[in-house]
Amino acid sequence: MSIITLPLPSSAGLVLTPKALGIAALLVVAYGVVPFVGSSYVFEALLLPFLALSLAGVGLNILTGYAGQVSLGSAAFMAVGAFAAYNFNLRVEDLPLIVSLVLAGLSAAAVGIVFGLPSLRLRGFYLAVSTLAAQFFVQWVLTKFSWFSNNSASGVIDAPPLTIAGLSFEGPVGRYLFALAIVTVLTFLAHRLVTSQTGSNLIAVRDNETAARIIGVPVLKTKLLAFAVSSFIIGVAGALWAFAYLRTVEPAGFNLDRSFQILFIVIIGGLATIRGAFLGAGLIVVFPLVLSRAGAFVFGDIFDSGVLDMTQRIVLGALIIAFLILEPDGLSALLDRLRHRFAAVFGRA
Amino acid sequence: MSPFLPAFSHFGSLPLPSEIVEHLLDRSAERSAQRERQAATGPAPVLALEDITLSFGGVTALSGVDLSVRSGEIKAIIGPNGAGKSSLINVISGIYRPDRGSVAIDGRRLRSVPTERLASLGIARTFQNLALFKGLSVIDNIATGRAYRSRTSFLSQIAGLPAARREREAARERARQLIAFLHLDAYADRLAGALPYGVLKRIELARALAAEPRLLLLDEPMAGMTVTEKNELAEFIAAARREFGLTVVLIEHDIGIVMALSDSIAVLDYGRKIADGAPAEIAADQKVIDAYLGVAPENENGDGI
Ligand SMILES: Nc1ncnc2c1ncn2[C@@H]1O[C@H](COP(=O)(O)OP(=O)(O)O)[C@@H](O)[C@H]1O
Ligand SMILES: [Mg+2]
Repeated sequence: MSIITLPLPSSAGLVLTPKALGIAALLVVAYGVVPFVGSSYVFEALLLPFLALSLAGVGLNILTGYAGQVSLGSAAFMAVGAFAAYNFNLRVEDLPLIVSLVLAGLSAAAVGIVFGLPSLRLRGFYLAVSTLAAQFFVQWVLTKFSWFSNNSASGVIDAPPLTIAGLSFEGPVGRYLFALAIVTVLTFLAHRLVTSQTGSNLIAVRDNETAARIIGVPVLKTKLLAFAVSSFIIGVAGALWAFAYLRTVEPAGFNLDRSFQILFIVIIGGLATIRGAFLGAGLIVVFPLVLSRAGAFVFGDIFDSGVLDMTQRIVLGALIIAFLILEPDGLSALLDRLRHRFAAVFGRA
Repeated sequence: MSPFLPAFSHFGSLPLPSEIVEHLLDRSAERSAQRERQAATGPAPVLALEDITLSFGGVTALSGVDLSVRSGEIKAIIGPNGAGKSSLINVISGIYRPDRGSVAIDGRRLRSVPTERLASLGIARTFQNLALFKGLSVIDNIATGRAYRSRTSFLSQIAGLPAARREREAARERARQLIAFLHLDAYADRLAGALPYGVLKRIELARALAAEPRLLLLDEPMAGMTVTEKNELAEFIAAARREFGLTVVLIEHDIGIVMALSDSIAVLDYGRKIADGAPAEIAADQKVIDAYLGVAPENENGDGI
């Protein structure tokens, strides 16, 4: 309750609010400090998957958090993005990588619109089930037609080197900066979108579709736009996942588990908040590592990878249920509450 | 003169961007052309319902209802709880499709009203049970009332192109005016989710007014308001009509306000229209007294469907 009644930050643009300063500080650390102090383990195991999953979370949040359309097809759109980027890069000579990425996003957006069409008739559970079709169909197409994997026998393919405008992003730090730059730009654009009139339209459709239609919000267009924009961002996230993090592209990595993972990121982080995607992704990436360290520390050798995997699923499941019941607005709301409690304590002192 | 005037002024204190002024001028030209046409043929009613019949399973919500609303009048619809008043407004706004009968808007007969075009036809409404967007701030709720006018693409909005910025600013300026005149200043930046009922009612009214409609459908807008707030709102509705020729269909249980405010009153009972006429005629109508006026209104606080 106390969260809801707090004044919203004014969207007056570039003012030096504490929030803007906080973001600026984060960016300074991310660009200016982390590249110099991080170990390659930190980049490979933490930051690269974190960035790709955060971006996917931002994308899904536009669809599910803002526009209220549930989707279980995120990994399919990631796969479309990854394979489209690979194929554009492979088959169109001298195409700059950045153009391949944009085309990958557009390809994912096109597939997103097609699988978003059922949303014009279905909602909630039924829509979620229909987005599963995207998940299975895309994976089937990519496995069945080896053309997409350039006829490689294993279906696994190597990602191209990362260069933008002559700059080469090699090694863990280079790939981190590459991913970071793309995530920063797309997140900024996503923020612009959700605070625009179109962003209000998304929320209007989510909160009361009938009222939205009556006041002249173009409901069908708004839903399809949500699918398109969301899939664009998720598609680019898929390309980052393959090109910057794994360095290979394979359909199996974009299975239903991944779709659920992104949905959990959004739920745990907080629906309809951009930063929620980052908080959720942070938790999802860090949590297994912490769990395996803690498990090994407490139980020693019994805590092998099988046990770890099982424990991970159980704890994650419990965590999601706990969030849904205790903090439906996710880590983002939790953080807000802590901050205001903090401010209250120190304000009085 | 009226304290409400600026809220309704199309050319408020702030200079509006030229394209919006042009748009408004277009609209007023359209309106005067329409007036001339009306002068030639006699005034066509803004809204004419014919033989509207609607049932839900076994329940007949409306049967054979005719209703005519003249341009610029305030038409009240009264009747006991469950009489079909809200259903009638839902038919007019295309939420319910009648089993029989037709709706004519500006003399054009429609078998069913196209809900998504309602706003551009110049019709706005409020809902008895509130239909606000909980996740939007109060000002954005109200500004979204102008969504139907948006002509800029999402890309130009993201890029912050001048046209998109002007459009957004015009919508917010209009919202700010309405916030001031409906005394919502204290809530402007709050989320609409957790505010008191009377405040939510006013936000919804502001959202409807933000569209600058010609015809406003109000479903118990005063429910949950104090006497002072009710009187203020009544005055606002009267001023809007006086200054801008706004036509209003008003569902209201406070019979004092209805008698004072409306030009004509239709009375519904069990889905049938049992009377329709000037306030004085209605007050003297024996059927109405038996069905409705004789008993205390049950629904004073806006509960019910
Ligand atoms: N969506 C609906 N489904 C089923 N019955 C409805 C629905 N809407 C209205 N009704 C029924 O129609 C009748 C008229 O309701 P309503 O128009 O809400 O009356 P009023 O607004 O005058 O109180 C009532 O009997 C009500 O139960
Ligand atoms: Mg009613």
